[in-house]
Amino acid sequence: MGKYSIKLNGKKHLVDVASDTPLLWVIRDEIGMTGTKFGCGMGLCGACTILLNGKPIRSCSTPISTIKPEDKLVSIEGISSNTSHPVQLAWIQEQVPQCGYCQSGQILAVASLLESNPNPTDADIDTALAGNICRCGTYQEMRKAIHSAAKSMQVNPKTKSK
Amino acid sequence: MSSLDMKQSSRRDFIKISAQAAAFLAIGFDSLANGTGVKVKKMPHEPHIGVEINPYVLINESGKVTLFNARPDMGQGTSQSIPMLIAEELEVRLDQVEIVTSDGSDKFGSQMSGGSSSVSTRYLPMRTVGAAVKEMLIQAAANQWKVPVSACYAKEGRVYQKNKSISLGYGELVASAAKLPVPKNPTLKNPADFTQIGKSIPRPEVPSKVNGTAIFGMDVVIPGMLYASVAHAPSIHAKVKSYQGEKAIASPGVKFVLKTERKMPHASTEAVAVLADSYYSALKGKRLLDIQWESAEAETMNTDKYFNQLHEAGKSSGFEYKESLKGDVEQAFSSAKQVLEASYQTPFLAHAAMEPENATVYVQDGKVEVWAPVQGPDSLVTELAAYLGLKKEQVKINVTFLGGAFGRKAYYDYVLEAAHLSKQINAPVKVVWTREDDIQQGPFRPGMLSVLKGSLDAQGIVTGFEHKMNGASILNQVFKVPLGNAPDPWAEEGINLHDSPYAFPNRRNSFSLISTQIPILWWRSVYASNNLFGQESFIDELAHAAKKDPLEFRLELLKDSPRFVAVLKKLGELSHYQQLKAQGKSIGIAIARSFSSICAHAILVEKQGAGVTIKKVYSVIDCGVAINPRNIKAQVQSNITMGLTAAIKNEITVVNGQTQQSNFHDYAVLRQGEIPEMEIFVMMNNEAPGGVGEPGLPPVAPALCNAVFLATGKRVRKLPFDISQVS
Repeated sequence: MGKYSIKLNGKKHLVDVASDTPLLWVIRDEIGMTGTKFGCGMGLCGACTILLNGKPIRSCSTPISTIKPEDKLVSIEGISSNTSHPVQLAWIQEQVPQCGYCQSGQILAVASLLESNPNPTDADIDTALAGNICRCGTYQEMRKAIHSAAKSMQVNPKTKSK
Repeated sequence: MSSLDMKQSSRRDFIKISAQAAAFLAIGFDSLANGTGVKVKKMPHEPHIGVEINPYVLINESGKVTLFNARPDMGQGTSQSIPMLIAEELEVRLDQVEIVTSDGSDKFGSQMSGGSSSVSTRYLPMRTVGAAVKEMLIQAAANQWKVPVSACYAKEGRVYQKNKSISLGYGELVASAAKLPVPKNPTLKNPADFTQIGKSIPRPEVPSKVNGTAIFGMDVVIPGMLYASVAHAPSIHAKVKSYQGEKAIASPGVKFVLKTERKMPHASTEAVAVLADSYYSALKGKRLLDIQWESAEAETMNTDKYFNQLHEAGKSSGFEYKESLKGDVEQAFSSAKQVLEASYQTPFLAHAAMEPENATVYVQDGKVEVWAPVQGPDSLVTELAAYLGLKKEQVKINVTFLGGAFGRKAYYDYVLEAAHLSKQINAPVKVVWTREDDIQQGPFRPGMLSVLKGSLDAQGIVTGFEHKMNGASILNQVFKVPLGNAPDPWAEEGINLHDSPYAFPNRRNSFSLISTQIPILWWRSVYASNNLFGQESFIDELAHAAKKDPLEFRLELLKDSPRFVAVLKKLGELSHYQQLKAQGKSIGIAIARSFSSICAHAILVEKQGAGVTIKKVYSVIDCGVAINPRNIKAQVQSNITMGLTAAIKNEITVVNGQTQQSNFHDYAVLRQGEIPEMEIFVMMNNEAPGGVGEPGLPPVAPALCNAVFLATGKRVRKLPFDISQVS
């Protein structure tokens, strides 16, 4: 066991866990935020996706010991305080989720994509989301929502996530 | 799930529902005491207080309306569609009410989401519930105002007096309304006056699914609970010979190492569980277990052997479905111009919902409470009460959102496992299966073999058609119904005369049972997912043998079934079928009725190298009254994706008792970049509502393979197949 300091959604957390504990379980069981999901435990499905300094990572296969105290971690709970992130709004607009279990991961992967690539092509979307499975098959609605979120972020760049 | 629930709803069911609805209302006005014995840190619902007008409607004095949804939501949209049926008649907007999933208690009747039956069986009963409560509220207002009922109307949670600016909120009326008699035959709205049904209203739970607040079973936290990770046998049916848990128990956070059992309907297997104060500690502890398995008998189980038995059985005539029998196929075959024969094989498949199996259970003296993603809380109450030797009233189920299910979460082995552990330690236990548990332990969609034979006369008209199904029986294994010399009634789904009205003068369907110990269960669209691959591929083979266009061939055979004709014609139009055919494009079609809805797909492929690529999928669905057209399209998309995955990705194989696949690397599902464009059309009509969650799936594989045949000349008769290398 060891004490680790991590910064999640702008807030510092001190946790006392084994060094190989995946971030996923630190966030869910220790910090108590359950929007980040367990899907496969091997980084194959993307349900556990969070952002590490703006880039998507698979929290189920990222040990806490690899995280520095100054690293910025963002989970679905931290993407906006009132469900106002343009990707969330587009997801609602297009009624993307079915069961919804994979969507936290999908939304974070998309938020990161749009930060670095404000106007992604379909091929860019395919690449960015290749690691995120949706068993319900909401892929086509996601694609629509991504294009519409991209548009709204260009019109109103202030709504971009921090 | 009772067999009645699982059976497709038919027009007959639609008519008899009104009588049932009256019975619900007769239950009366018990006030609801909804306190739980446990303080819940993280669960969707706080106790609900108010006047229970009937089990489904609760109104408190401030006017807050709570509607109970007795069909768990696994992504198919029942947390909107079912309460909407009440809300439409009750004259409340869905965004004004709170929606709560029912808890399994008897007063809600059947609560199973399955067989695409939710809307089709609830359409009239739930509307009747809403209409009756509305009439009582109006009556209460009329009494207070001393005016006739005809001078009042309800709108958005209030009763108004016509032509006057007086109104009373439902909260002000509920106490007096609750004392009135329940109308036995309330007047239902004219569909033309619907303000919610038939509109693509945004689903109320969607925001919670984009901000992480929706609570799935995986997210439940009960104070004092321990997390359990279970070491299941590598060979599914093995027993624990002995185990050493010292290293595990010494691991940080681990509290208990316990032998447990996995109780399936047809067998119990043994396992060893590690319980810890966090899930990861439990998982790490499990890796430190040393278990010796008794598995000699379990190792005799092989999918290869099973399929060999199916091919052997396919040579016999099987037990015939008497109701589907027409004329004499043998005579038709012997006098035909052409006779075709072909066998089609479909594999075992895992459900692989994104949320692995999990359950939190607290067994206490004389009671048990469950927090879990389950498809049917009522059937879980029955099963758990029997398992623990409790009365049904001592069992309470809190249904969470289901992170996908596809049939799997109506099989409660994972809940019973948590109960078995909680009982041993007298504390709440949350069992979380790994993805490997999910993929490897089953139950699976059974692999089946369709043996087809058909004959044509000199004009290319079908004279005889025989479909012999061979394989395992869910009814027999899961429900222990002995079949004797009868075919499995469920296994004819999608090809019985009602579902498949092809005008064959001579016709015979039969079934040969090949039992297996491999755990099996319904998987989205159940046997229709197996049957239609053979049936609709073989229809195509007959069309080509008759030198007729496959669409025209079907139209001719279905000319007496106007809804099928309308769907096919619409599909032809939507897909520009004739033009594409004229240009030499490879567009394959298939049509099927399952779960009381008709769905047809046209799939356009292009040859690429030794295989094909899928360019576009066109679909038309006729599900009768459409509750939320946008959601219906979403369900069809979902079925196309799952159907394509089943056709071209991985199968489940069992070798010496052990499942060979384990996670998404070797049991792959389609990803974003692999999804073809889709265009879906929903027929709008006033036919009785049919299912939506499953009917889109059965025609996917045959439409694809029919297109593959056009592009490559190769006929795919075994799923899954490698789309990049068609041979």
